[in-house]
Amino acid sequence: MKVKEIVLPGEVVDERKGRKLGSGVYLGDDKVFSKVLGIPKVDENEISVIALSGVYIPRVGDRIIGIINEVEISGWSVDINSPYTAFLPFSEAVEEFVDMSRTDLSRYFDIGDTIYCKISKVTKNKVVQVSMNDMSAKKLYSGVIVKVTPTKIPRIIGRGGSMISLMKNKTKCDIIPGQNGVVWIKGEDKTKAIEAVLTVEKESHIVGLTEKIEKMLT
Amino acid sequence: MRIDGRQPEDLREIQMKIDIISSANGSAEVKFGNTVAVAGVYGPKGLFPRHLQESETGILRCRYNMAPFSVDERKSPGPDRRSVELSKVIRLSIEPTIFLEEFPRATIDGFIEIIQADGSTRVTGINALSLALASAGIPMRDLVTACSVGKINDTLIVDLNGEEDNNSQADISFAILPSKNLVTLLQMDGILGKEELIELLNMAKSSCEKIYEMQKKLLKEKYSGE
Repeated sequence: MKVKEIVLPGEVVDERKGRKLGSGVYLGDDKVFSKVLGIPKVDENEISVIALSGVYIPRVGDRIIGIINEVEISGWSVDINSPYTAFLPFSEAVEEFVDMSRTDLSRYFDIGDTIYCKISKVTKNKVVQVSMNDMSAKKLYSGVIVKVTPTKIPRIIGRGGSMISLMKNKTKCDIIPGQNGVVWIKGEDKTKAIEAVLTVEKESHIVGLTEKIEKMLT
Repeated sequence: MRIDGRQPEDLREIQMKIDIISSANGSAEVKFGNTVAVAGVYGPKGLFPRHLQESETGILRCRYNMAPFSVDERKSPGPDRRSVELSKVIRLSIEPTIFLEEFPRATIDGFIEIIQADGSTRVTGINALSLALASAGIPMRDLVTACSVGKINDTLIVDLNGEEDNNSQADISFAILPSKNLVTLLQMDGILGKEELIELLNMAKSSCEKIYEMQKKLLKEKYSGE
C-alpha cells in the first residue's frame, strides 16, 4: 500500500524561494524546516506541513463543535476541545431583543448543550470568542460525539466532501465534523458511522482510503 | 574490552517504541541495555492553578521519577533531591527545542519513569521524552538526542552502564539538537584533561548521531506499512 512521505521536526522541507510559509514550518537560513511530525505540502506559493497529531489550536473562521461549559452573566463559556476555552457572548447567539436583567440565559443554552459555531475572534494570548452569527451555526440535539485528531478532519471530509458524503449516504446518518476534532453523529446506523470515522482517522495517511471505506460500509 | 564485552566506543543494544500509553498525547519507551525509560507527554492543555500561567508563553513541566523496583536496593518512592534536580536538568535540555510561545497560558507536561536503572538514566529519559513529544505533535525545532560518555581505567568510553558509572573517573551527560548541531545538556562529574574532554565530546556527538538515525527511522516507520 502506498504511503505519503513523512518529515520530522528539524528536517528540511524545501528551499524557501520567496514562498509563503504555512503552518507547521519555520525558517532558518533561507531553508524551511518542519516543526512537527507530519506530511509536507509544497507547491509554488506555499510550504506547509500537516501534523499527524496534536491538539486543536483555535483559528478565526474555523467551524467547530463546542459544548457549553458554564452559563455566565452575558454569555456562555464553551469547551472547544482545546487548551483554551471560548466565550460565546449573548449578542452573538440570540437575535431577538431580551431584557438581560430578567432572563436566565440557560433558557437558550444550558450546561452540556452542544453547539455548532464559528470562531469569530482569537487574540494574541489566545482568548477565544465564538459566534452563532453564521448560516450553518446551530444547536445540535441528541446524537453522539466522537473526538478525533483535529488535523485529520480534512481527511474525514475528503476532497470536495467526497468522504463525508460517502459515509452519510452509506450509513444514513447525519455527520457534522467540527474543525476542532469533534464529530457529531446522529441517525440510523450510528455504530457503523463511528467505526468509519475512526478508521479514517487511524489510516488517514494511506492513499486510496475512500475505496477502502466504501468497501467497509457495503 | 569492557565489563559487558563492548568495545569502548560501542553503544548498548537500543530498543525504542512509541505510542505505548493510549491516554497520553504522545509516549515512548527507550531501552539502553538494561536501562528502561518510559515517557509520556500530556498537552498542550490548560494550566491550573492560574498563578502558574504565563500570559505570553506556554510552560513545560517535566518529572523524572525512578520506580522503587528499578534498582538493586529498593529506592524509597517519591521525589528526592536527585530526581528533583534531574527533572530540572531534563526540562532545561528539552525547553529550547519547543515552540512554547505558540501556547500562551498552557502547559505541556512530560513524565519520565525509570522502570529499570542501569546507568545513563537521564539521557535515556531525554531520548524517550523527545520521541514522545514528537509523536504528540508538539511543534519543535528539532528532536533531542542524548548519550553519556566517560573515562574508566584511563580509557574513554561511550554509554556507561551502572557498574561503569559507579567506578568511573569521570562521566559526562550530553544532549544535542542533532540536525542543528546545538548542545542543550552538558554535565560533567570527575576529573578530565582538556584533550580528553574534547575527544569525549566528539565521541558523544557521533554516538548521538547514531541514536538520532534510530529515532528518525522509528518515527518514520510508524506511518509506513499496514
